[in-house]
Amino acid sequence: MGETRRTVLKGIWAIGALAGGVAAGLLGPGRAFAAWNKGAFEAKSAIDAMKALGMMNAEDSKAIHIRAPEIAENGAVVPIDITSDIPGTTSISVFIEKNPFPYTGTFDVSQGAVPYVHLRVKIGESSPVRVVVAAGGKHYTSAKEVKVTIGGCGG
Amino acid sequence: MKQALVLGIVAAVAAFLWLPAAAQVTDPTAAEFDKFREIMEQDNPAELFEVKGEELWRARRGPKNASLEQCDLGLGPGVVKGAYAQLPRYFADADRVMDAEARIVHCMITLQGFKYEELAKQPFSSLVRTPEPVSLVTYIAAHSRGIKIAAPQNHPKERDAYETGKAIFHYRAGAFDFSCASCHGVDDKRIRTQPLPNFTKPEQAILAVRGWPGYRMTGGVMHSLQWRLNDCYRQQRFPEPGYVSETLSALLTYLTVNANGHVYRGPGIKR
Amino acid sequence: MADPMKIRATLQGDVADVRVLMAHPMETGQRNDAAGKPVPMHFIQTITAQLNGRTVFAADVSQAVSRNPVFAFKVKGAKAGDKLSITWQDNKGDKRTDEVVIGAGS
Repeated sequence: MGETRRTVLKGIWAIGALAGGVAAGLLGPGRAFAAWNKGAFEAKSAIDAMKALGMMNAEDSKAIHIRAPEIAENGAVVPIDITSDIPGTTSISVFIEKNPFPYTGTFDVSQGAVPYVHLRVKIGESSPVRVVVAAGGKHYTSAKEVKVTIGGCGG
Repeated sequence: MKQALVLGIVAAVAAFLWLPAAAQVTDPTAAEFDKFREIMEQDNPAELFEVKGEELWRARRGPKNASLEQCDLGLGPGVVKGAYAQLPRYFADADRVMDAEARIVHCMITLQGFKYEELAKQPFSSLVRTPEPVSLVTYIAAHSRGIKIAAPQNHPKERDAYETGKAIFHYRAGAFDFSCASCHGVDDKRIRTQPLPNFTKPEQAILAVRGWPGYRMTGGVMHSLQWRLNDCYRQQRFPEPGYVSETLSALLTYLTVNANGHVYRGPGIKR
Repeated sequence: MADPMKIRATLQGDVADVRVLMAHPMETGQRNDAAGKPVPMHFIQTITAQLNGRTVFAADVSQAVSRNPVFAFKVKGAKAGDKLSITWQDNKGDKRTDEVVIGAGS
């Protein structure tokens, strides 16, 4: 059990050389918006990912509420709730800064959704979880630190 | 040399166990874990296995091409609702006390014609496979959600199973000379970040049964109590207990009866 | 054909609180199988949700989303009887669509 868990933690991500190519080519018809952003998803830092997404110059905002555990019981499944109180929010993007590939996703709430999302993510080591909100053509950001430890016995 | 190594390991583990730990009720880390786990249990990947379990319950399978819909889980043939909360119990047709998974395996053998050896070969979930009994236990357990645990102690063999289970719980053996009680028979112990509830006490025994069967975040797999007990014994460096054996049914009787009266919340999420 | 999603949509006024559980391994490509060979990447990349056929929510996600993903979002302008459908597509081109009818609210 310990070995399996260590293996899972060590190798829970990493895009191989193949994957990016495979990923980009398989967009079916009926996509409502732009292609899955390979460049951003393969970026090795949150900053590079944000550059690829045109999200530089995001200003800090206290109107973005990130709810996540202080300490995650298991880094393989970390629940995150995000609410944006910024008027005109069109999308919410998530970056796990210390993950090998920090960009985790973008949620488009511009077509009739409330600016809220809940997701569960893999976090490999204690890391800030950074959120970037797009609203009114500008970007806003906030982050929350989530600690990840090795757990105990397996109860 | 090997003995020195074993003693060294025992000493190191003993040091871990006897580290001072905050009282379980007020341990802030554990409380935080509990809070978020409860949130996640409202949308629990275990539900995916409940669905699979229901399909397996109704499907005609095995050499006898029969479904499990006539399986008697203790409340009459085919009665699923509330059955998990009243297990383990004595079954006359098998003349022994059976926990939920033991009973499901019994029905798979008698109604569907499967063989014990097949089911016991790889009884625990892996990343690529969830054995049928595990999905079935998840389905059945889900139908006792919100119901008070009431493992019976009416039949002499049920009372026997409780006493045997209690003896097993306190039986020290294996390379570490551990019993279940070494970790779970005292208050306020923990291993790293996981508190170790004292299962000899009713208000803490519920923590042995609540949350199982459980979707384990480690690996994203579904596990039942048969797995959990097997893994405890592995951690204690005991020989492997028999899958759905009377030994494990007795141990589960002891733990469940200690938890009687508490509400079962259905399949849970585990670390 | 991929396993079905479990979708719950409950009304609070005219907002549908949607919770979806998806069955998917979300393999990162780095994990080795029992034989020591890397398990290929296999993960959901896009999600869309339609209310009565109109897209109301969409997402692009990575393999850092947990195995058997759970998402929640809230859709405006919903009422009892509306059809909510959710579609995911993964990096291998597999797709899955499931639908629920929104029940009367609380």
